Amino acid sequence: MNYTLDFAPVIEGLPNLLAACLGTFTLAICGMILAVIIGIGGVVLRQSTLAPVRWLVIGFVELIRNTPFLVQIFFIYFALPLIGVRLDPTPTAIIALGINGGAYAIEIIRGGVQSISKGQMEAGLALGLHKAQVFRLIILKPALRAIFPSLTSQFVLLTLTTSIASAISAYELTSVSQRIESDSFRSFEVYFTVTVFYLVISWLMMRLFAFFSARYFAYPVK
Amino acid sequence: MGRDEIIFLLIGLKWTIALSIVGFVCGCIAGLFIALARTSGVRVVEGLTAGYIAVFQGTPLLMQLFVVYYGLALIGIKVDAWLAVAVGLTLHASAYLGEIWRGAIEAVPQGQTEASKALALSYSSRMKDIILPQALRISLPATIGFLVQLIKGTSLASIVGFTELTRAGNIISNQIFQPLTVFGIVGILYFIMCCPLTIYGAHLERKFAAQAR
Repeated sequence: MNYTLDFAPVIEGLPNLLAACLGTFTLAICGMILAVIIGIGGVVLRQSTLAPVRWLVIGFVELIRNTPFLVQIFFIYFALPLIGVRLDPTPTAIIALGINGGAYAIEIIRGGVQSISKGQMEAGLALGLHKAQVFRLIILKPALRAIFPSLTSQFVLLTLTTSIASAISAYELTSVSQRIESDSFRSFEVYFTVTVFYLVISWLMMRLFAFFSARYFAYPVK
Repeated sequence: MGRDEIIFLLIGLKWTIALSIVGFVCGCIAGLFIALARTSGVRVVEGLTAGYIAVFQGTPLLMQLFVVYYGLALIGIKVDAWLAVAVGLTLHASAYLGEIWRGAIEAVPQGQTEASKALALSYSSRMKDIILPQALRISLPATIGFLVQLIKGTSLASIVGFTELTRAGNIISNQIFQPLTVFGIVGILYFIMCCPLTIYGAHLERKFAAQAR
């Protein structure tokens, strides 16, 4: 074994890799936005008075949480064209990430909503707010604040999950690094560098969430 | 989907289960040492293990598998995909379980440590007989939650080229051109493995929460 590390192909591919980091960010942020929408919508439906609607949400959450993302993304990738939706791999990946993250978000946000005491809701209604206002102002915001730390770690996980989108060749860091690897055969060098990139990306995500938390949830309680 | 295809999937399922067990058992052993090092009280050791955990929690499992796969080849160890994936999953699990158990060890009331020190128990006896049994109980729901995550994580071995359940599904779906049927069945097989664990973990969590009240 006389292997010498050679990072030349990595340095040569650096502009492509950095651009691909933006692709990863785009996937992650779009996936998160979709996940929050699905999460809040799911929590509302989960409280429906119609039992079948509640079961549907529970079934969706458990189905997504107990199967691998890789299988989900393949399934969605092949299923979308059948229902007449033709999309490029990257939007497909965003949908898959949103659905996956959404299932986890439903469970997390539901925990937060349950932590708001009933008296708060009753007080809101007694003050003449209507149901939507009570949900938005009295339940949702304090609930999001309470579950923000777990939402943060779930979304950092979602950011790391974007690497699996390379399986359907969406545009992001892992698929670009695989292309450089197959051109140069410098597998270890490429993947080692990209691993460091991911470490920086997940650190940046955490900073971003800490910033949001300080910006929107920094009001005093009690 | 004929009989042969089903059998091929079940062989893949066998490898998924084998990978999960090896990754979890080896990860538990390594994770225990990580957790003990992380709570050892020696600053350098604690810092190093904190870094180890941060690296594995801050990078995708897929990249970890790639780096281990090509890294082992680099230092002259010729390995097949199976062993490389097993090593990768073990390292991954050791970091996550180490962090879960660190939290659990720290959640054991301080008085327990002080009492066992006052009774002049040795470090190993204090850990083995007093702290770890209590910590294990506290950590059980989170540990089971991670096991589910690990079982799902084994699917990434397919990208490295190891034929477990997901890759078996991929191969068959390319042969018979029925991706939805094949991946539907693959998904159901994963669901059958993971769902009982999830339910059991949630059950334990409720039970412990009720007892703590």
